[in-house]
Amino acid sequence: MSFPWARQYEPTNGLTKFLDEKLPLPRLVYNAVGAGYPVPRNLSYFWNFGVLAGFFLMVQIVTGVVLAMHYAANAQVAFATTEHIMRDVNWGWMMRYAHANGASFFFIVVYLHIFRGLFYSSYKAPREMIWLLGVVIFLLMMATAFMGYVLPWGQMSFWGAKVITGLFGAIPLVGEPIQVWLLGGFAPDNAALNRFFSLHFLLPFVIAGVVILHIWALHIPGSSNPTGVEVKSESDTVPFHPYYTAKDGFGLGIALLAYFALVFFLPNALGHPDNYIEANPLSTPAHIVPEWYFWPFYAILRAFTVDFFFIPAKLMGVLAMFSSILLWFFLPWLDKSPVRSGHYRPLFRKFFWFGLIPTMIVLFICGGAPAEEPYVMLSQLATAYYFLHFLVILPIISSVEKPEPLPYSITEAVLGSDKKMVKGEQTSPAV
Amino acid sequence: MADTTATATPETVTTSEDGIRRRDFLDIAAISAAGIGGLAVVYPLVSQMAPSKDVLAASSTEVDVSAIEPGQAIKAVFRKQPLFVRRLTPAEIQAANAVPASSLRDPQTLEERTKEGHTDMLVTMGVCTHLGCVPLGAAEGEVKGEFGGYFCPCHGSHYDTAGRIRKGPAPSNLEVPEYEFTSDTVIQVG
Repeated sequence: MSFPWARQYEPTNGLTKFLDEKLPLPRLVYNAVGAGYPVPRNLSYFWNFGVLAGFFLMVQIVTGVVLAMHYAANAQVAFATTEHIMRDVNWGWMMRYAHANGASFFFIVVYLHIFRGLFYSSYKAPREMIWLLGVVIFLLMMATAFMGYVLPWGQMSFWGAKVITGLFGAIPLVGEPIQVWLLGGFAPDNAALNRFFSLHFLLPFVIAGVVILHIWALHIPGSSNPTGVEVKSESDTVPFHPYYTAKDGFGLGIALLAYFALVFFLPNALGHPDNYIEANPLSTPAHIVPEWYFWPFYAILRAFTVDFFFIPAKLMGVLAMFSSILLWFFLPWLDKSPVRSGHYRPLFRKFFWFGLIPTMIVLFICGGAPAEEPYVMLSQLATAYYFLHFLVILPIISSVEKPEPLPYSITEAVLGSDKKMVKGEQTSPAV
Repeated sequence: MADTTATATPETVTTSEDGIRRRDFLDIAAISAAGIGGLAVVYPLVSQMAPSKDVLAASSTEVDVSAIEPGQAIKAVFRKQPLFVRRLTPAEIQAANAVPASSLRDPQTLEERTKEGHTDMLVTMGVCTHLGCVPLGAAEGEVKGEFGGYFCPCHGSHYDTAGRIRKGPAPSNLEVPEYEFTSDTVIQVG
């Protein structure tokens, strides 16, 4: 999209004029992330995480392609080739640590991106499609990360594959045949490992495709902003370049510091030591947990311990885990409040900070803890609140809440209500 | 500064008389740091495709040459490629020495291609210098070509008893790898 005041791309030399006629790629970039994309002037650092997520997707693709050059997806040698990468391949240790921790950072920035979307209700009209595509990306990420974790063929890889494909075994009647079909056997083995590798290589490119749709959908209404008030005039926006390329660049620098601190100094901090033991189909590790980024959903899965009328507990857990994410697809229509930003929604804000966020933290802790008390009870309470929050509390809030007064415009929110203080006029006192 | 320009937007940053802005330093420093960082990323990405440590560890081979009779050759493996070790007969040595080196495509004498005191022991790669096929002539009964050495069946290169190219498309003599006699009967290649 473009606001009418968006700067127009002007090819300056022979080459760019040629390109602009034949394949206007520079124009596309200019209008997407260049000076031709007007962005609200008041974006906070919470608006950095989209660019960061794109960056870590690229990190994962580059390091992943490198690892695939040295890895062999065969149950006989998969573990050995992983060790070969760590010990023999030039910089192989760095590539693998960058990939493993890159996955963690991809999830960290995506969770912060989702957090931003939830607090500022970025999913509301006219941005529903951006949100829906984002949920699709998140689901694809989870599938990709799960299959990637199987590839080193350590103990956690093997038992993770067994447990997660076992989820499908919970489906009544057809569950077990589906599980056998997914694995190409009765337990994870060569067939499963090979197809997981194939899909693990494919899915990141599918993600990249959906990311392009996500950005395309974003550029139709333009970026949201911390006030939730839509752009009204030119003074509400600044060009993406150089303002947000610089701001995103600074955020990227901070993210890279944290990332490389982990890659170089704590490379296994987020991993599990059991995965350095080769897969053994005859012995389950004493404490089996997924990667940290799945913990909240793993807690929901394990929260169901008794049969629910005619539905067995196992199936209930699986249904709850999948629906805990699938319900995000309905979020734009569950939260009907016309006000977007949590800053102007007193009731929403209370339930968000004191309800949803503590719930997610409890689910996170319980998902990583052994399946014993008090964690089981805590995850049951948290799971109950989780569904209550999205399915009951949010719709009720949106009808009973009295929002705080919104600023007239983004410019007013930034500079105060003095109407003279618009961009281009230099009469303002020192800020 | 005049109080009308007190708010420093990027359009109003101070510019010194020679047109250099203070921000230019930041721009150059940031772009340079990003450039150096980029290069630091490219280096391992390129290096990872080079032979890994286990491949390099298997890069030297020991061959026991004591059992090779004059006129016989054996094939060994050096860096996953065939290695020909051949004990020349006096007649073959004579044939090799009878040709003036200057008349050859790749002028080398037999002496230059063997070790001192072991001029009857010809160690070459079994890789044709044309396009990399394995020449015939090492095993019993194989065609040795017009010059009694090796013959490459792919495109018809003939090598003489010193492994030198004499006829056909190959540009140079069969490569003599780096090797040394660790004892009278054992050579270490690579």
